[in-house]
Amino acid sequence: MYSEKVMDHFQNPRNVGEIENASGVGTVGNAKCGDIMRIYFDIDDNQVIQDVKFKTFGCGAAVATSSMATELVKGKTIYEALEVTNKAVMEALDGLPPVKVHCSLLAEEAIHAALWDYAEKNGIKIEGLEKPKSDISEHEEEEDY
Amino acid sequence: MNRLIYLDHAATTATRPEVVEAMLPYFTENYGNPSSVYKFSNASKDAIVNARETIAKSLNAEAKDIYFTAGGSESDNWALKETARVYKTKGKHIITSAIEHHAILHTCEFLEKEGFEVTYVGVDENGIIKMDELKKAIRPDTILISVMFANNEIGTIQPIKEIGAIAREKGILFHTDAVQAYGQLPIDVEELNIDMLSASGHKLNGPKGIGFLYIRKGIKIRNLIHGGGQERARRAGTENVPGIVGLGMAVEIAVNTMSDRAKYETNLRNYLIDRVLSEIPYTRLNGDRNKRLPNNVNFSFQFIEGESLLIMLDMAGICGSSGSACTSGSLDPSHVLLGIGLPHEIAHGSLRLTLGDENTKEELDYVIEKLKEIVQKLRDMSPLYEDFIKKNR
Repeated sequence: MYSEKVMDHFQNPRNVGEIENASGVGTVGNAKCGDIMRIYFDIDDNQVIQDVKFKTFGCGAAVATSSMATELVKGKTIYEALEVTNKAVMEALDGLPPVKVHCSLLAEEAIHAALWDYAEKNGIKIEGLEKPKSDISEHEEEEDY
Repeated sequence: MNRLIYLDHAATTATRPEVVEAMLPYFTENYGNPSSVYKFSNASKDAIVNARETIAKSLNAEAKDIYFTAGGSESDNWALKETARVYKTKGKHIITSAIEHHAILHTCEFLEKEGFEVTYVGVDENGIIKMDELKKAIRPDTILISVMFANNEIGTIQPIKEIGAIAREKGILFHTDAVQAYGQLPIDVEELNIDMLSASGHKLNGPKGIGFLYIRKGIKIRNLIHGGGQERARRAGTENVPGIVGLGMAVEIAVNTMSDRAKYETNLRNYLIDRVLSEIPYTRLNGDRNKRLPNNVNFSFQFIEGESLLIMLDMAGICGSSGSACTSGSLDPSHVLLGIGLPHEIAHGSLRLTLGDENTKEELDYVIEKLKEIVQKLRDMSPLYEDFIKKNR
């Protein structure tokens, strides 16, 4: 069901944890749908993400996408981090099953939420960053007869 | 670590070697079509007669009232759709429970599209059907009540005798989906006033792809498959002779070993429940503590999600199942867990472990140790747990 990369990041998630007095924290998803991601950033004066941690409540794909997303933004500037899309996270994981694509969207959204929090705390505006939605869900049902 | 601990017997079971042995000659030697005239086919014919009698005896039913099908879902579909279509001249109202298997629920939804009205009676916090609600739901145009014998997820055993008595008194057909209960609990269709009963072979160490529907004599039901005269022309098609033989053998063994197995599995079950509840905090048992199948355990571990738990258990060689949304392919967790009133996030963290008579206490000790490690590992990465700990610091 999952690629080797997904399984690796699920079994050995990178950057699990919290950052005390983080520069920015973003929490997205909701318990109702079974996925919650929280990302912490430690951002220095040059707007470079020095450290990143995450906590996730969710399935294997949710944990793996969180882990990969933190890897992709670590050491990047906030503008580079903004460019990390759900597609990039999925590609880095060698793909996700179709029903799990929303997990990668959640990871992207968690990065945006943490950046938004950072911008608000510092009274700055990050060009191209929109206020993140707090909840992401996709629900498609096939009509049956 | 190559060990495999199979704790998903409610999903399916291994076919017993004696069952396979009994089936084999009906593939290779006695392959005759039971409908043929020559003596060569007598072995197939006799084998079906014998299996039907074994099954009938196990239910205190008449042999001619047992109809072989391809399994539980087919039996459920047949029982509901094809009696509803006959009795609709009398009424178009059906009563079932909110925690039925999807083979019942989706069939009911289908019937609603055909103009039937269905009342889904709720259950209490342990999953037992609310009898007062069920009684109130009965109307003059109610034609059928279908309530499962025991629940597949949380193992709760329903008050079937009471429901059967009410249905009989009111002149309403009573069907029960006994797929999980049959072979685990004694069932007497006369004593319980059951008019129709669905069962499946692979849940009781028989083969997959075979099951039956018991239909009490006198019940009007439309034929499921039109064709030859098999199964009294109600379900046409050449019989699955090896499957029927295997089912018959599995039932015979299940009946002979039932009380010993129930004792053994109940002991293991209680051991598992007691240890997990006392050793893993923020854990609840779903379903009734006592009115539950001997082999069923269902926990909710707060702050974690079921699919992650299943994958980690799998990596430790342990097979279980969960009612989390991620395992069902939809965003909603199990309707059974929501039905007993669990909030979504607790339902997402559920784990079902169902025992078989080959499981041992030593295996459960290993499972409990692994569970403790895995639950803690997942909680350590859960934002819900983090929030909870901070709040209660």
